[in-house]
Amino acid sequence: MDCTIRLAQVQPTLGDLERNLALHHAAIDEAVATGVQVLVFPELSLTGYFLKDQTADVALRLDAPELRSLAERSGEVSIAVGFIERDPSGRLYNSIGFFEDGLLLGVHRKVHLCTYGMFEEGRDWAAGDRFRPIASKHGLLGFLICEDMWHLDGAYLYFVDGVDAIVCCSASPARGVAESARGSDGPELESNQVWRNLHEGLALYTRTWILYSNRVGWEDGVLFGGASRAVDPFGAEAGRLEGLDPGHLDVAVTDGALQRARVGTPLRRDANPHLFLRELQRRLEIEGED
Amino acid sequence: MHPLDIQTDLAAEMLTRFLRDEAGRFGFDKAVLGLSGGIDSAVSCALAARAFGPQNVLGVRMPYRTSNPDSETDALEVAESLGVRTSRVDITPMADGYLAQEEIEDRTRRGNVMARARMVVLYDHSAAERALVIGTSNKTELLLGYSTQFGDAASALNPLGDLYKHQVFALARHLELPSSVIEKPPSADLFEGQSDEADLGFTYAEADAALFDLVDRRLSPGEMAAAGHDPELVQQLVRRIRQNQYKRLPPIVAKLGQRTVGLDFRYLRAWGT
Repeated sequence: MDCTIRLAQVQPTLGDLERNLALHHAAIDEAVATGVQVLVFPELSLTGYFLKDQTADVALRLDAPELRSLAERSGEVSIAVGFIERDPSGRLYNSIGFFEDGLLLGVHRKVHLCTYGMFEEGRDWAAGDRFRPIASKHGLLGFLICEDMWHLDGAYLYFVDGVDAIVCCSASPARGVAESARGSDGPELESNQVWRNLHEGLALYTRTWILYSNRVGWEDGVLFGGASRAVDPFGAEAGRLEGLDPGHLDVAVTDGALQRARVGTPLRRDANPHLFLRELQRRLEIEGED
Repeated sequence: MHPLDIQTDLAAEMLTRFLRDEAGRFGFDKAVLGLSGGIDSAVSCALAARAFGPQNVLGVRMPYRTSNPDSETDALEVAESLGVRTSRVDITPMADGYLAQEEIEDRTRRGNVMARARMVVLYDHSAAERALVIGTSNKTELLLGYSTQFGDAASALNPLGDLYKHQVFALARHLELPSSVIEKPPSADLFEGQSDEADLGFTYAEADAALFDLVDRRLSPGEMAAAGHDPELVQQLVRRIRQNQYKRLPPIVAKLGQRTVGLDFRYLRAWGT
């Protein structure tokens, strides 16, 4: 996998599909002009996040004209975009669609919904039931949506798949301004520290590129924290966006780094998913007996 | 380092953006707020001045005849240091018009009438100036219910609502507000010689430390005692928090239909923009 991936740290307007679609097309124009190969938008980039009763109003079927208009641009640049998906049965999902060469190549539906604290996701969305990598012409990509990254299962499955990059699209609120969290080179949000730990940890465990595209902007007093970031397969930061403004981060993702990291520490070679499965099954059977 | 210490530079940046972005969403680029001479309104005013530019912020002084004259002097010093516009409305005639007619002597009732008279003035200025009312209630106050519902607790945007009093003081120092407002004992100044800490029966330092552990850190009563908090104070705080929940929520609507405002008609304010 040798390509440049752009993480688009955008600021969508809540519930305004038309305006957000225009924002996407403008970002696509810019990405094409720059010559990047893949453009990754954050979670729910077409709709905004705290939709509540607006959820159904902005839901799109996979053949919706809004998505088709993005598919039509995907010959120039491959595009990952966040939206509310309405399936034929009427279920609503928090989904990422990946478009390439005019086609919808794959969809990841958020598996781990958060319904705690300030979040009510399980109330409005159905949960996805699978982690399947998407075979882009640029490489094998494993998509996660925000909370999916806090669970080990998705990342582990993509590790077994041997993906080239785990791509996490997020709408993560900025939280925590304690003085004890101040970074060595300036102020830092506690929420961003936690994400950095997750990114670096997962890169070490999976020996793959970790790409994190988070949004910015306010929705009724909640600020989304940005700090989109790339971590290389050695667990070292390969780039990040500072501040709380819209922007983009271009990451040169290389096959060489993947190969070196995996030769140096061949975790995938030495992994034993069969053992993991047996042990997991044993636990689930015991649990089933209870 | 005190556990409640915050990165004041980061907090100031977030709150400045909060005011500008949330007001902007509704088409506002100006702010109005009551300038009491106290630390809370001084910090809100400084944040508003950063967000909108000092020329777009109006600090309204609203003394009552028994108000401490020092309060107004301090308010003017704050306004001058920030370069914001000010105006003065003496609320004595409007408050006394009612207080005298009803012969109200009770201090709480009198204080509430004054706080609500000030709210009337601010919201009228809001309409006249096309400026949003910026709140000045901090988290300690909100949790303890130490404010007047529909009075000083009323605002469109409240930048201080997630900051304990300790943190408001820290922000005031970061924003380089005049030492006169930082150093004097906090007072609602609703009657002569009033002091917040005498009213409450405990200090802000005690309350902030306990509220932080109770609310933010979710410590159990046993853990609170082990952390050194006076169990009697903790009980008193818990009672106050529960008793004042009504002040933090909109009025209760009786559900009759399929979708009810405030219950299952769920939209953010941002929906309307």
